[in-house]
Amino acid sequence: MTDMPLSSSVAAPDRKPASLLEQDARTKARNAAERRFRLYGIAAIAISMIALVVLLATILTGGAGAFRQTYLNIPVELDAAVLDPKGNRDPAEMAKVLTLSYGRVLDAAVEATVARHGIQIEGLSEDDIDNLISKEASAQVRNRVLANPELIGQTVEFDVLTSGRIDGFFKGRVTMESAERDSNTSPQQLQLAQELADRGEIVTRFNWNFLTNADASDQRPEAAGVGVAILGSFYMMLVVLVLAVPIGIAASIYLEEFAPKNRITDIIEVNISNLAAVPSIVFGILGLAAFINFAGLPQSAPIVGGLVLTLMTLPRIIIPTRAALKAVPPSIRDAALGVGASKMQSVFHHVLPLATPGILTGVILGLAQALGETAPLLLIGMVAFIRDHPDGLPGGLFDPASALPVQVYNWTQRSDPAFIERASGAIIVLLIFLLCMNVLAIWLRRKFERRW
Amino acid sequence: MSTVKFTVSALAVIAASATTAAARDQVQVSGSSTVLPYSTIVAELFGENMDFPVPVVESGGTGGGLQKFCEGVGANTIDIANASRPIRDAERETCTANGVTDIMEVRIGYDGIVFANAASGPDFAYTPADWFNALSAKVVKDGQIVDNTAANWSDVNPDLPQQEILAFIPGTKHGTREVFEEKVILAGCEESGAMEAFVASGMDEDAAEEACTTLRTDGRAVDIDGDYTETLARIESSPNGIGVFGLSFYENNTDKLKVGTIGGVTPSTETIASGEYPVSRPLFFYVKKAHIGEIQGLQEFVEFFVSDEIAGPDGPLAEYGLVSDPELAATQEAVAAGTTMQ
Repeated sequence: MTDMPLSSSVAAPDRKPASLLEQDARTKARNAAERRFRLYGIAAIAISMIALVVLLATILTGGAGAFRQTYLNIPVELDAAVLDPKGNRDPAEMAKVLTLSYGRVLDAAVEATVARHGIQIEGLSEDDIDNLISKEASAQVRNRVLANPELIGQTVEFDVLTSGRIDGFFKGRVTMESAERDSNTSPQQLQLAQELADRGEIVTRFNWNFLTNADASDQRPEAAGVGVAILGSFYMMLVVLVLAVPIGIAASIYLEEFAPKNRITDIIEVNISNLAAVPSIVFGILGLAAFINFAGLPQSAPIVGGLVLTLMTLPRIIIPTRAALKAVPPSIRDAALGVGASKMQSVFHHVLPLATPGILTGVILGLAQALGETAPLLLIGMVAFIRDHPDGLPGGLFDPASALPVQVYNWTQRSDPAFIERASGAIIVLLIFLLCMNVLAIWLRRKFERRW
Repeated sequence: MSTVKFTVSALAVIAASATTAAARDQVQVSGSSTVLPYSTIVAELFGENMDFPVPVVESGGTGGGLQKFCEGVGANTIDIANASRPIRDAERETCTANGVTDIMEVRIGYDGIVFANAASGPDFAYTPADWFNALSAKVVKDGQIVDNTAANWSDVNPDLPQQEILAFIPGTKHGTREVFEEKVILAGCEESGAMEAFVASGMDEDAAEEACTTLRTDGRAVDIDGDYTETLARIESSPNGIGVFGLSFYENNTDKLKVGTIGGVTPSTETIASGEYPVSRPLFFYVKKAHIGEIQGLQEFVEFFVSDEIAGPDGPLAEYGLVSDPELAATQEAVAAGTTMQ
């Protein structure tokens, strides 16, 4: 046996004995092919990295503005004659005064502030001054007054939102040139805003309200926030967590460890793989038919969204969970059975703990996918204008709510350009959540991973 | 074991809470994306000023909204459908078949349809005939019916700028498309005399109308199935394009768009209200009468919507671009009396 290789090398006389230091043509060609392949790989990675960087840069530059907001500080004289015409300070009577009247009180307050600072700008109209502040301000003042009727007749300081165009001016989205053509603002108005900012009345600061506020109508993009969407997404994830995770894991354990291998389990297996590949909108159609039309659950509710996403996520949890269980070496099961454990004890005491990191990773990635899903929610009424925050649990599951990806979709369709900034801001919030979930998945895998 | 217990208890909790939340406490609205901004503005003000929850407003197009509206009566169906065109007879029939018999029709005002190009482009002064000659599949040239080969706006009308014809028009699922075909293309067809030529060539009236509104398919008339934001994005990427927009959308984007005149009239809420600007259409919403009294706040919401403070000429809707209805008082009366469609 030992001299076989020797004799075979002798039997190839046409091949010159090559030097180790000099490469022959074939070696060169092989090395070149390898170098080329490496270059392809590097190019592929470079292209995807560039795409990622461009995407992130667009979103970050577009959406960073949503986290800062411009406010105007004005003293408002709460005129009793307008706000409480009957003069009896009865909240029920005062509630009949609509925000439109409060708007006029605020207009007077802004005009007074401009006059107090002695700002004179040629061509500045009264509308320019009145439209400096957001329409949201009148609701803000009204709520405060109705909560404290004794404020009427006094002069109270308010921090009110400036209008979307003014806010855009301080963020660089609106310029003097674009204002020239814009019917919603004017260069004079921007100049006034600049003067007020120079005097410290207009400030731009971090916008917590973006994270807590609800959606707002097209007339006040400056007041829109992702609060309802975050709550809605959270409720839906809770439903998915409570339903999909136990059902998914139980199904995988049974199929992997206990089920007999026969034609029926084969069919089930194929169907699970197929379900994982079904387009998600199909689950929306199913949800509309089964949960809303048949079961009579309310539209736009996180419970329906959660149930639909549960159906969608189940196969996506079952597949990685089965893979994780399969990866536990059979010797572990055999050893457990060998020392007298029952089948169930071997699974729950030995196999399952060892498969946990893989299962957790699968579960978290499945949830992350469900968090970013929009299509199935379109059909069950979650792509809607929802202004009220849902209640606490469990009743809040049945209140209308939005979801983060849906909110992004919704805002990109609005006519006011300020909503584009909000949409990018909502994408950033969504990306942060997804990043956190993925980091958690990686951390869990690293922490509990075991090698054999 | 604990997993199983957990699942069972979770299901039990959900089943228990499902029974408590049978009734719905907010009004639900769906339908036209043209009416959507007005509807959300009113919903927002309604929630701010009244003790009712803010109505939930969904967008789904006029057709989609009316389809949901006609699904039946009950708390898990919507209360109001927004529409940018009147309800069709076929839709009424579906409604009746599903038990939605008493429908209140509420006209909230008028909306203008404008033609706008990129703000950097030239000024356009169109007539409906220009639009017909630019976009129709068949046009009349020297008395003959020929395929439309016009490539430039100046080919259609020497007074128009020499710019390539590229129009972004609303897709067929939009209510706006119907108005565009009827008030612009068909009107242009009649105005240019093409209608007569079609009839003279042996077509009956319906066939001639269809010939008028059949648009060319060589890529110069592009259907936009999305919203106006998509049309705007297309114009930004191809500055030669001309888009069809709602007046309120244009008024919110005057820094990016330049509007064209029709027959010498610039579109504005005033010229539309006076009827000088020809391309406008009424906006509606439809209310299920059976839900009034069942869904709290529905009657109040409808009355609030058509009140003078909201839908009147000085209200927030007019400020946003709605042309207020001169017969608003009649609508208010009909709403208060609960008058249904016959």
